[in-house]
Amino acid sequence: MSKFKKKKKGMPAVNTASLPDIVFMLLFFFMVTTTMRETSLQIEAPRLPSATEIKKLEHKSLVSTIYVGKAKDEKYGTAYNRIQLNDKIATPEDVPSFILRAREEVSEGEIPFMTTSIKADKESSVGTITDIRIKLRDVNALKLSYSTQTGADN
Amino acid sequence: MARRETPEINAGSMADIAFLLLIFFLVTTTMNVDSGISKKLSEKPPPDYKPPIIKEKNIFEVNINRNNELLVEDNRMELSELKEAAIKFIDNGGGNGKPGEDGTPGAPCDYCEGERSPSSSDHPNKAIISVQSDRGTDYGTYIEVQNELLKAYTVLRNRLCQQRYNITYSELEKRYKDSRGIEKDDLKKKVEDIKTSFPQIISDAEPTS
Repeated sequence: MSKFKKKKKGMPAVNTASLPDIVFMLLFFFMVTTTMRETSLQIEAPRLPSATEIKKLEHKSLVSTIYVGKAKDEKYGTAYNRIQLNDKIATPEDVPSFILRAREEVSEGEIPFMTTSIKADKESSVGTITDIRIKLRDVNALKLSYSTQTGADN
Repeated sequence: MARRETPEINAGSMADIAFLLLIFFLVTTTMNVDSGISKKLSEKPPPDYKPPIIKEKNIFEVNINRNNELLVEDNRMELSELKEAAIKFIDNGGGNGKPGEDGTPGAPCDYCEGERSPSSSDHPNKAIISVQSDRGTDYGTYIEVQNELLKAYTVLRNRLCQQRYNITYSELEKRYKDSRGIEKDDLKKKVEDIKTSFPQIISDAEPTS
């Protein structure tokens, strides 16, 4: 029976070869489950114009975003003038109620600091933007930001 | 033949490598920050509001037509020339500024370096830039125009700030944001000073259809 008797020297090391697997599994789990809270676009991702004189938007919770661009769904036509509020294609008439609903979610003191960010495509027409702007002024949402890319300084 | 055992690769440090990767990405990932040209809309005027009478010479009119061409003060202009023209207009300083809120009469602009032509703007705080665009104008062009006009203001503010405080305005603003306590109040005064010296007055006229 001496064949099976082995001399034990100290503690056997714990096999750590599977530890990387565990770590990777964790990594993948978080990667898959993390969703950025962003509305799904009903319009094609707007190609933002570029500019240099830009300001960063702070306090993300106080920013409500309006998208303008070409609708993915062809029944809305192919012009770059569709407005998206939340998850729906909308008209300028819907803007005030959109703003009012956004206001309900913040405390009263913060309302003057709320900003509306317009993400519009380069080829959208100024008319659409103006319609939105007039509606925003009607509900006293006066802080506005035209979202742009950071352009090269020339 | 002697059986040769393949030596096992030590995998103990694999976990460290994985963690290192994880932490590296955690640190370097930045959520894309939304940034853009910020604008403050004017409040809705009451129905019986009469717009103040503004002298023609204090208005710098920029027209953009539906073919994205510029008409500046009744002359055709390329986008690249707009900044210079705007600087010339704002920095003209041909007359007296707005009277102060406490009733002090307006003083002439002592920091302007323009031509002081009587046919152009009186004072930077009276100089209004009016952008009129067509409904069919491309949004991209509109933003480019706004950007050029803002650039003109930045150039002027930087110049003045360099003269008064020996630092560019953009640098001053950054420092103001990072500062705390007493230093913050001091820097705030400087920022306000520059801002009121060259206020950004860009108005959007109703578009033509």
